Amino acid sequence: MRRKILVAVCSLIVAAIAFTACLNSAEGGLSDTGNISYNYHVRPILSDKCFKCHGPDQNKLEAGLRLDLPEFAFAPLKETKGAYALVPGKPEESELFKRVISTDPNYIMPTPGSHLGALSPEEIAVLKKWIEQGAEYEPHWAFVKPEKQELPKLKSDLAKNEIDYFILARLKEKGLSMNEEADKERLLKRVSLDLTGLPPDEALIDRFLNDKSENAYEKLVETLLATPQYGEKMAVHWMDVARYADSYGYQDDNIRTQWPWRDWVIKAFNENMPYDQFVTWQMAGDLLPNATKEQVLATAFFRNHKYTEEGGVIPEEYRIEYVLDKTKTYTKGLLGLTAECAQCHDHKYDPISQKDYFSLFAFFNNTYEVGYEGDVSVSKPAKNPILTLSNEELQSTLSFINREDTSSLSVSVMGELDTIRPTYVLNRGVYDHPTERVQPMALPVVMKYDTVQLPRNRLGLAKWTVDKSNPLTARVFVNQLWQEFFGKGLVKTSGDFGMQGELPSHPELLDWLAVDFMEHNWDIKYIIKKIVSSNTYRQSARVSEKALEKDPENIYLSHAPRTRLKAEFVRDLVLSSSGLLVKKIGGPSVKPYQPAGLWESATSGRGELATYKQDKGEKLYRRGLYTFIKLTVPPPSMILFDASNRDQCEVTRLQTNTPLQALAMMNDPTILEGSRVFAQKLIGANKDAQTNIETAFRRILCRTPEKEELSILTRYHKEQLELFRAGQLDAKATLKVGEYPQDPKLDPVEQAALMKTINLMYNMEEAIVKS
Amino acid sequence: MEKELYQHHLNMNRRRFLSRMSLGIGSVALGSLLIPDLFSGKETEEAVLQRLPHFAPKAKRIIYLFQNGAPSQLDLFDYKPMLNERFGEDLPASIRMGQRLTGMTADQSKFPLAGSTFKFAQYGQARAWISELLPHTAGVVDDICFVKSIFTEAINHDPALTFFQTGAQVGNRPSMGAWLSYGLGSENMNLPAYCVLLSKGRGNGQGVYSKLWTNGFLDSVHQGVQFSSGENPVLYLNNQEAITKMDRRSMLDQLAALNNENFKAFGDPEINAKVQQYEMAYRMQTAVPEVTDLSKEPESIVKLYGPDCLVPGTYAANCLLARKLSENGVRFVQLYHQGWDGHGNLPGEIRGQAMDTDQASAALITDLKQRGLLDETLVIWGGEFGRTNYCQGPLTRDNYGRDHHPRCFTIWMAGGGVKPGVYGETDEFGYNIVQNPVHVNDFHATVLHLMGLDHERLTFKHLGRRYRLTDVAGTVVKDIIA
Repeated sequence: MRRKILVAVCSLIVAAIAFTACLNSAEGGLSDTGNISYNYHVRPILSDKCFKCHGPDQNKLEAGLRLDLPEFAFAPLKETKGAYALVPGKPEESELFKRVISTDPNYIMPTPGSHLGALSPEEIAVLKKWIEQGAEYEPHWAFVKPEKQELPKLKSDLAKNEIDYFILARLKEKGLSMNEEADKERLLKRVSLDLTGLPPDEALIDRFLNDKSENAYEKLVETLLATPQYGEKMAVHWMDVARYADSYGYQDDNIRTQWPWRDWVIKAFNENMPYDQFVTWQMAGDLLPNATKEQVLATAFFRNHKYTEEGGVIPEEYRIEYVLDKTKTYTKGLLGLTAECAQCHDHKYDPISQKDYFSLFAFFNNTYEVGYEGDVSVSKPAKNPILTLSNEELQSTLSFINREDTSSLSVSVMGELDTIRPTYVLNRGVYDHPTERVQPMALPVVMKYDTVQLPRNRLGLAKWTVDKSNPLTARVFVNQLWQEFFGKGLVKTSGDFGMQGELPSHPELLDWLAVDFMEHNWDIKYIIKKIVSSNTYRQSARVSEKALEKDPENIYLSHAPRTRLKAEFVRDLVLSSSGLLVKKIGGPSVKPYQPAGLWESATSGRGELATYKQDKGEKLYRRGLYTFIKLTVPPPSMILFDASNRDQCEVTRLQTNTPLQALAMMNDPTILEGSRVFAQKLIGANKDAQTNIETAFRRILCRTPEKEELSILTRYHKEQLELFRAGQLDAKATLKVGEYPQDPKLDPVEQAALMKTINLMYNMEEAIVKS
Repeated sequence: MEKELYQHHLNMNRRRFLSRMSLGIGSVALGSLLIPDLFSGKETEEAVLQRLPHFAPKAKRIIYLFQNGAPSQLDLFDYKPMLNERFGEDLPASIRMGQRLTGMTADQSKFPLAGSTFKFAQYGQARAWISELLPHTAGVVDDICFVKSIFTEAINHDPALTFFQTGAQVGNRPSMGAWLSYGLGSENMNLPAYCVLLSKGRGNGQGVYSKLWTNGFLDSVHQGVQFSSGENPVLYLNNQEAITKMDRRSMLDQLAALNNENFKAFGDPEINAKVQQYEMAYRMQTAVPEVTDLSKEPESIVKLYGPDCLVPGTYAANCLLARKLSENGVRFVQLYHQGWDGHGNLPGEIRGQAMDTDQASAALITDLKQRGLLDETLVIWGGEFGRTNYCQGPLTRDNYGRDHHPRCFTIWMAGGGVKPGVYGETDEFGYNIVQNPVHVNDFHATVLHLMGLDHERLTFKHLGRRYRLTDVAGTVVKDIIA
């Protein structure tokens, strides 16, 4: 009874805290009001420092003490008679408090042997105050259904939509404000890259700059969202989630055919398929009544992981491995939970038992997939269950699949057994150590699984996942979208909404967006429009000294973040601005230029991918998302720029800045060829050098150069001209890069000088940054 | 020892200073290079300091000669005359004890014992057994610690390799080199902390995979950088031929000027950081070819490593290159040599593999020693598991194959504070360990220990969990530490 009331009260508290919270993940201090929240202040400490031995993991429980649930934490201690871990209102009588402030190595918590480190004075102060205020527990925020709060009351000319109210309110608390809208050119580059992954072309730049109407920006957003390139842009993130690759991985790493699934993803985004449907098809398209081939194709989502073709493996070991991978992709990619800890033992931080984990695993354990179909010598483009797509289907209902010839295609997809394969808890997660039998069941800590309403199969799980009462699904996806636009999510740990994950920087905004998303029928384009229409998104990226000092990580968004383009879009920017880009959608992945010998030096020598056979012609100029991904040797130009290696489901990418990236920008033939062809095209159009430099600048940087910039570039160009003319540099040799034909009618000296100047522009920091 | 600690303190102070200055343009390069994570702005100074050497290290650098495919310990180090005496007899069930088998031999009706066809003799103070395949290794035995009792959990190549490199059979975890780069930073401003070299023998090959040198969830500056001797030692390192050094310099100057204009407008420190990365790239363009150019090595060195060391991409060339990289402060040089997977025709294949690797492996020890570097450089030689004492496929006196055997195998280590000798023992069948078993986690714990790091304290918090190279296990093998 007490617990029920507590939960109800807690939901209110969460709401209240969300509204007034003065604290967030970036800080650890006390709030202005002095009110301590379990979720925002206390649990991060307990989870990080205590739950390892006093948390949900039943097998590692020390001294029989559990601190994650109040009924255990308030109970008399088992090993110290008459003592209590927590005595509400009385820190000095609480064993927990006495121990964290102790200096006695035999008494202090955490124990020195745990290497968790002693609590900081701030942390101790938080615990003290919390106990003084009654040591109230709250359910974990992410497991409570999101609700829309009223917008913060404030007046500001800067607020363009609801998002801004939430952001401005928090900024105000921090003594910061928001920037004005960015200048039109920079805003155009930003939104164009964000919605299509491509820079705007000159026609679009001119049109937008000359459009003085009030809704010019809104029209622009509509235009960009309607381009087929939007789907390509969105697909890149989803391919990371789905660990898409063009090879089987493991040692022989032969070729496979999963790209029709990628073409479907692009189509689904372009058609703005509602997210609940998008998820349902991918999770259980094969189980829908009268499933179409398209719906079955969507389930390839769960078949993109690695498959071994190593001789001599034990099939069941790998079959289990594959089910584990599916489970992990589901929990991390769709629910934002890292549940795989519970594969080997009860989760140490989140209330997910090993039994819960294998009950979830059971949903994915019922396909007629086998662990091993033979070694690489009998490798096929797909493994059972296989979806075969005939020429006729590919011409009609599945025409979005961009195949090369008229042969049929086969893709690995999901397919259910007619009978139930029993699932067992596997001791320590090991395939040949089954213990207790379990039935399919979703994670109870997230939401109840209604076995009367829902079948206990993947379709039931899909329905449970996109149920509007599910506290995670909408939050997690909206957060991933936010991350696409701002470089990091409102919850920074996009893959971990659990207790060890970061708390949301703007919990009320996250909830508002999640609810709004569901209220609008999981409409992805709608929510994207909402985000890019906010002033939070549209503001300038200029950083003030004050902001840099008060909020160096820009958590509160006092300015637009400057983020480097993802690897694929670095390539796209070069191809697109130089005019080389082939805007075909979909099809088999391609093999553009790659440094020699990479595949050859790492191969076992077996399989079709032992040697890299570089493509020719237009396949050299396709967008980055079509670059062939061989799992054991992913494309280096992508990996250097932090692309996922697609080994596992990933929901975030690192953003690093390394010398190897600088080397690639200077010497990658793709970029050198882009510079050459760009120069060639400009000179062919018979404009003067100055105009050419300005045009190139506009297409690469998407803005008019400043006077000083132009003078640096002009000076450099002139120097280069002289050096080439004097023969101190070799023009013809400089132009010898890439397979795109040269124009023999043009003066090599002029071309080479302009090529070098353009290459300089591609290397500018701003070129591959959204600012 | 005191000097060591003092130097670490000095470094710490310098790092502290640099981190405070990390917005200043000049210091960024230095600070970022030595402790890359400070620079990325993702970590606090305290967090970085916490994982600096936990105690005075024995070794400063590692060269890991990975013998990819799993060399047969029974034909190289683990001398078992019993297998010759009982040649062709079935492996007793009492020895096998239901141990799982790979799919390649699980269907065999018999497991006939296959004694090695090679002759063994004892060498050095430790009277270590070495087969005739490794005459050069036999010559440096007194510098080597043979661990004959290492074992692993994986029975197939991919998971076993991944286990050795990352401490986990699956998952995108950081590899050993990445952990060391993260924990100790770099010693050289112009070279990556973690370099990878690949070569291939004539034997049955197993591929290698870039995930073996991945940074995992660590910052990608800790990723292994693939090096090769020859024309293009590092990806994208070389300028176009038509570009002169002076020309590149001029381009970079203009680039810095342009970026500076943007910095003035936006004030984002990342812009300056970018300029510094270009400067580092420029320095690498000079430093790397100098290190990787093997053509200037004196006659005596070429003789020591063997003539192959002048052929780019060979194991011998990679050993020599490893020495040069290490000498220049590269924290972790990882070699992979493929071709040890002797499922069939093992005697023929292993002879070739030994010919390709024996001389250069031994030369590396001798070379480091003569330069006074062996004390501070840990050299490790070994594969991902061992091979069975019974034959896979048809057995004759001079031809046989061996399947994967995770239960026991031999690796060796030299230098870097390791005590030469022989550690651990297997039974007379060479099938089970009878003394001092060393698990992969123990091996990792020991290696980190030699580098001055406590394997339980070198952690990284990722998605809510503190990860370690040794996961949740591992004990330092104190007995092999000098």
